[in-house]
Parts: sequence; structure tokens; C-alpha cells
Amino acid sequence: MANFFSDNKDLQYHLSHPLMKRIIELKERNFADAGVYDYAPQNVEDALDSYQRVLDIVGEVCGEVIAANAESVDKEGPRVVNDHVEYAAGTARNIEALIEAGLSGMTLPRKYDGLNMPVTCFAMANEMVARADAGFENIWGLQDCAETINEFASEEIKAKFLPWVSAGATCAMDLTEPDAGSDLGAVMLKATYDEAAGVWRLNGVKRFITNGDGDISLVLARTEDGTKDARGLSMLIYDKRDGGVKVRRIENKLGIKGSPTCELVFNNAPATLVGDRKMGLIKYVMSLMNAARLGIAAQSTGLCEAAYREALKYAGEREQFGKPIIQFAAVAEMLKNMEAKTIASRAMLYETARFVDIYKQLNHISHERSLEPEERQEMKFYNRLADGFTPLAKMFASEYANEVAYDSIQIHGGSGYMKDYACERLYRDARIMNIYEGTTQLQVVAAINHVTKGTYLEQIMRYEENTPTEATKAMFDKLVALREVYTKAVERVESIDKECAGYKDFHARRLVEIAGYIIMSHILLRQAGENEEYVAPAQIFVKYASKKIVEASSYIEQSEASDVELFRA
Amino acid sequence: MAKQVPDTRNVGKDAMTAEGTVNRAALAAIFNPEDLNALEMALQMKDRLGEATVHVLTMGPQRAADIIREAMFRGADGGYLLSGREFAGSDTLATSYALSCALRKINPDIIVAGRQAIDGDTAQVGPQVAEKLGMPQVTYAEELIEIKDGEIVVKRRLERGTEVVVSPLPAVITVNSSAKECRPRNAKRVMKFKYALATSELAAADEQCRNFIDERPYLHIVEYAAADVNPDPEQLGLAGSPTKVKKIENVVFQAKEAKALTAEDADIESLMVELISSHTLG
Repeated sequence: MANFFSDNKDLQYHLSHPLMKRIIELKERNFADAGVYDYAPQNVEDALDSYQRVLDIVGEVCGEVIAANAESVDKEGPRVVNDHVEYAAGTARNIEALIEAGLSGMTLPRKYDGLNMPVTCFAMANEMVARADAGFENIWGLQDCAETINEFASEEIKAKFLPWVSAGATCAMDLTEPDAGSDLGAVMLKATYDEAAGVWRLNGVKRFITNGDGDISLVLARTEDGTKDARGLSMLIYDKRDGGVKVRRIENKLGIKGSPTCELVFNNAPATLVGDRKMGLIKYVMSLMNAARLGIAAQSTGLCEAAYREALKYAGEREQFGKPIIQFAAVAEMLKNMEAKTIASRAMLYETARFVDIYKQLNHISHERSLEPEERQEMKFYNRLADGFTPLAKMFASEYANEVAYDSIQIHGGSGYMKDYACERLYRDARIMNIYEGTTQLQVVAAINHVTKGTYLEQIMRYEENTPTEATKAMFDKLVALREVYTKAVERVESIDKECAGYKDFHARRLVEIAGYIIMSHILLRQAGENEEYVAPAQIFVKYASKKIVEASSYIEQSEASDVELFRA
Repeated sequence: MAKQVPDTRNVGKDAMTAEGTVNRAALAAIFNPEDLNALEMALQMKDRLGEATVHVLTMGPQRAADIIREAMFRGADGGYLLSGREFAGSDTLATSYALSCALRKINPDIIVAGRQAIDGDTAQVGPQVAEKLGMPQVTYAEELIEIKDGEIVVKRRLERGTEVVVSPLPAVITVNSSAKECRPRNAKRVMKFKYALATSELAAADEQCRNFIDERPYLHIVEYAAADVNPDPEQLGLAGSPTKVKKIENVVFQAKEAKALTAEDADIESLMVELISSHTLG
């Protein structure tokens, strides 16, 4: 019996993080539901026990059902039948199993039939689903749209849609259009208010919409006639049962083939406004995107896990020159680095998820009652960290997913290039992860502000307040020295940027990466201090990180202001 | 009806004791796989009927309550644990007798069980229970086709095909592994029922836990001791078990020396003669 939770100690470790206690207290509002719902926890231990049990179910469904269907889903893929999506048979079975297991509406409040679990646990579930089948994770992970509905929609909309999500309705977020990809301010899908019917009518085309034929769609549309930028966009909710949207085609993709990427034609489709007009992109999509980026970080981490395990298994079985190839230093080194990257991705993912959880819950509470001054302080503190860490988590995890999948094929040798092994599917699936929900280059744009504003440096200094153990002391000292390298690089870039506009943009990725490597190393060091099983991966990762930091910082040191011109296209 | 069994599907080298009996300590205790198929079929009946309830009856030591909880996580409404030292050493006859005594008390409208357990592989308990209760039995059930007042229609998986039978109710249905797999544990049900305890477990629990369960009757797993089901003591446990194990032998499959034959007529003829004389052929 394969179980992707019980076979993964690293994942279980993150569930036991000390911050979980605070997250649970906030999420459970001092256990107010205990007397109302028979499945609500009584206290922190009870909640943690429930999380563990629910994640164990997720692990079993992933290991037994979803992973087993992944290959056939990749081959078969979805189809368009009568203007609608028909999933691959395996996809339909996956959805059925997850509904039976009651794993929809994981983070929603109980009054909407949800499981009221933290974002951290939802990310864990996403990670496991992605390890089983990355493409399927898109369909299932989109239940995250319900979080945005829960945060911004009216009670009427919530009461109509959220219990449906908890019962298994699938979601989609309809943002991209042929001429509006990274630049969503250019969205043109038109929404006009139909006075007679009392609804908005949507007309136009959306492209590259994941699970575009989902039951519930959040649509970014232009409600303000004559406008051309983000300020004319609103968020609307469309119910598939109302009709008016046709799937024109499903894209033929390199990977994540089970996930239907749709081109949609809206023809007078009725829709309801979510929240306030004109806030669609500025406020709601930003929230949606942040959650989705965390989702991709989870998806990427799951893919790292799958690709690493495939390689490890093969390297142990494949014999050349009379011994398993894992015994050759070159192969072993690759495997160790793959493992360290996987663990580092995960560390960054859950550190971020915990920040998001505390911020989000305090934010929800602030709508129910006014926060105490120290709670307001706490919310601000975690909001800043969540905003700063989300692009880092997404960027590193998705780049690592690609690197680990690449190495996984390398370890398989010629066999890995054939369709016979899962690593080729993983490699294809990984390729989209550092592209969608904001390319790595766009994550850098979001993250560089936190280099400038000092979010990362402040957090690094906080990590430096930890006391290293005997096992981590040497690494700890190295990180302190690397932090000085980081501040020097930032200083240099900022001072040259004053004279030469564009210099900071030119080095943005390098600066963000240096910050990210130091942060991930610190988190791993903290883990190594608590559990000796992390000592070796931390040592390996710190070696890797310092190599990358030296490379980036020496590039910056040698880079002149004229480089901006040199690299201008 | 369900049974907790040692997981004989993944046996290591310490799975058997030196005496040739199953080393239960070395094997995980699991829900007998075909009983899970049976549970699924029972839950399907409930899905179709709407108002029905599904309860699991198991005979075993206290820890067998684990499979009742497991069944509750997957959709069962509750369960009965039949437990006591009087039942120790039961063969299939004594087991079916004990179960039938409990079933007389529970008085269900339909009884569903797995075809056989993976530890004994006899497939006798289900049919014996049906005989003792005077009910019709449908064995090798693979698919529930219809259930309505007083009647059930079931597809059976046979050696050379399938057969659809109609049986009056109450009846005993034993379910094959080819039937639909059991639905997974359900998140909300797990959270709701995780503290469910059988009577003897409850007695051993602390006061806080007892109060908690007292306030929530759905967390109470009914436990019957022998006396609760009015049995004839002579038919219980070892006394009621005519099966006697004479000898246990370790069967070791050994490849004998291979014989090389050519495609010559003479070689083929000698092979034919040998196979006929050893009664392998003919």
C-alpha cells in the first residue's frame, strides 16, 4: 500500500513545526466550533491529530489511485465533446476518489462544509497530489479559488458556491487572453450589466485557461466601458450550469497533459460581481495569484520528490561494471544534490505557507472583530514575510523541479529518454512550472522590492539569532559571512543604480537568488539543529548555495554600469 | 461481517514461527481485503436505499475494534465487537456459531461478508452463518445490481463467467475480490469517529475520555461478551471446534535438475512416454 504521506518523514516533520500551534489557535478561533460540528477539534493536539489523519488519507489516495492513473492520463488526456471538456478516464477516477475521501473544501470554514484546515496542510496535500500526477494537481488545487471567494465575495455568493466546492465542484480562474498574459491589465473580455435580468453578461475570449470548463469560474473582465488598464477590471463569478461559455479547443501541450488548458468563448454568459467593481486585478487577482504561486511551489516540490525517488530507485537497481550505478561517485553526488534541493524547496514552501496562514487568519479575524494592537502588529509582520517569501518559494521550487527532473533523466541514461520510465513525463511536466502563475523573471520583479525594502535581510538577521548546535556551527558561521557578501552586493548595485537607471533590474535575479540561498540555508540549519537527519542535506545544500552565491556576487563585483547598455536588446 | 487478519500479503522471513504457525507479532493487523469489498457493497446498498444503516460485526480480541473504526471512517454507521476468551481457538464452525448467535441478537435485514479471509483461506464462515441462520446465501458476489424491499439482485463471478441471481431477503452475501474496491476513508468521518471506542476500551480510558464519549453515543462501539449472545458453551472456542491440526509442514518449492531435449522425434517420444507414465498426461 503506497502512501505518500506516511512514506515521507520530511513532510511529517513540517507538520510538527512550533508555529502550527499559533496557526491552529487562529484557524479554530479558540475552538468555537467544537460544540457545533461533530468533526471539529477540541484543542491543538486534537486538531494536529486530525490534520495528520486527513493527510494520511490524501497520501493513500495519491499513492494508490492518482499515481496509478498518471501514465494513462498523460497518454489519453482530455477532449472537447460538444463544446465541453471530457476528462481522461483516470482523471475522472481521481476526482471521484478525492470526493469520496471528502478532500474538497480543505481550507473552507465548517459552515460551508469545509474541513477548516490551514493553508500549510492544503499545500502538503497539493504536494502529494503533484508527486502522484502534477497535471492533476492543477485541477484539484484550483479549489483554492474558493479561498478568494471566501475572502472577498458577499455572503450570498459564498452560501451558493462554497458548499458546492466542499462537495467537489471544480474551479477555474479565467485571467489570460490572447493579448493579455503576463500583462493582465490588458484584459479585454467585456462585462456589461443586463438591467432586465439583473446579471452581468460576459462576452469575449479567454486563452490558456486551466480547467476552463470547471464548475465555477472566477473571471477577470472589463466592466468599465472605455477603459484600457487595470483600473477598469472587475472579478466575476460564473456558474457552469448557467451556460454561455464554450470550450473552443484544448491546447496540445508538452507536459501536464491531463490538465485541460482551454480556449473559451463567452457568449452572453451570465455572471455575478465578486466584491467591488474595478478591484478585479488590483486586489482580487493579486490575492488569487499569491495563493496560486504557493500552489505551484507545492506542485514543484511534489515533482522534485517524484523525480528524485524515480532516480534513486533506478540508480539502486541498474547495474553497470558489475555494481549498481548508485555506487559511482558521479551518480551519488547528483542524487545527493537532488535530495538537498527537494528538502530545501520543501523547507521554503512550508516556511512561506506558515507565514501565509498566520497573516490570512488574522486578516479574516479582522473582518469579524477589531484586532488587538499586538494582533495588528503580528498581522503586518507576517503579511510582509508572506509577500516576500511567496515569490522566492515559487521561483526556487519551480527551477529546482526542472533541475531535479533533468538530473533524473540523466541518471536513467538512455532509458530515461524512452517513454518506458516516468522520468520523461516528469521532465515534460516540470517545464511549465517556472512559467505559469508568473515566470521566474516575474517572481524576481516581485522579490526585488523585498531586497530593497530589507524584508529578506531582516529575516536573515532573525535567523542569525538562532543558536547553532555543534553540528551546524561551521555552516552557521559561513552563512553569516555570506550575509555580508549579500549586503555588499546590494549596496554596490544600489549605489551604481543611482547613477545608471536599469542597473538594479539587470542584477535583480542575482540579488534575489543570493537572498534566497541564504534564507533556505538558514531554514535547513534550523531543521538540522532540531533533527540530525537534516545535518547532511543541510551541509550539502550550504555547499551548493555558497557556490551559487559566490558566482552571483563575483559577477556583480565585476559588472560595470556599462553592462546595462551592453545587454540591451 | 469482517475480520482483522495478519497481513499475509507482504510476508518477510519472520512471518512464520519455528513451529510453523503464523507469527502474528511480525505481521501488521489489517482489515481482511475481501471484507473491504463487502463493506463497499454494503455501503452501496445504503446509498441506494437511503434510509439503511451499515454496522460491522467482528469477532476478535480488543484490538479488532480497529477495523470497526476503519469501517466507520469509510462509511459504516457503527459496529459490534464480539470478544472474550470463550471464543479463543475457534475454527470456522465455532466462529460461524458465535457470529450467528450475535446476529440473532442484532437481527439484520441483510448480511454481507468477504468471500474468505487471507489468513485461513477457507471461505466457510459466510456460508456456515447462512446455514445456521436458515438464510439463503449468495457467494462470489461481484456486483450489486438491485436491492429493494425483500429482494436483492446480485452478479456472481464464477470460474467460467458470471451469473445474475435473485435472492429473497434476509440473505447472506459473500463478496469476491473482483467486486468494486472499497471507498477510501473520508476526512470528516475520520475526524468525527476517531475517538470511537468499544466497551472494554472505554473502561480502560481516563475519565475525561469516558465523559466525552458518553456525550456522543455514536462513538460507542457495542461490545458483546459470550454471555451477551446466549450461546451453548459447548459449541464455542476450542470445545466447539472439531478441526484438529495434525501436522504442519513447510512446503519448499525446489527446482529439480533440468532436462535438455532436442527437437528430434526420439527425444519427444521419450518425453511423451515419461509424462504418460507419471500420469502428468493422459
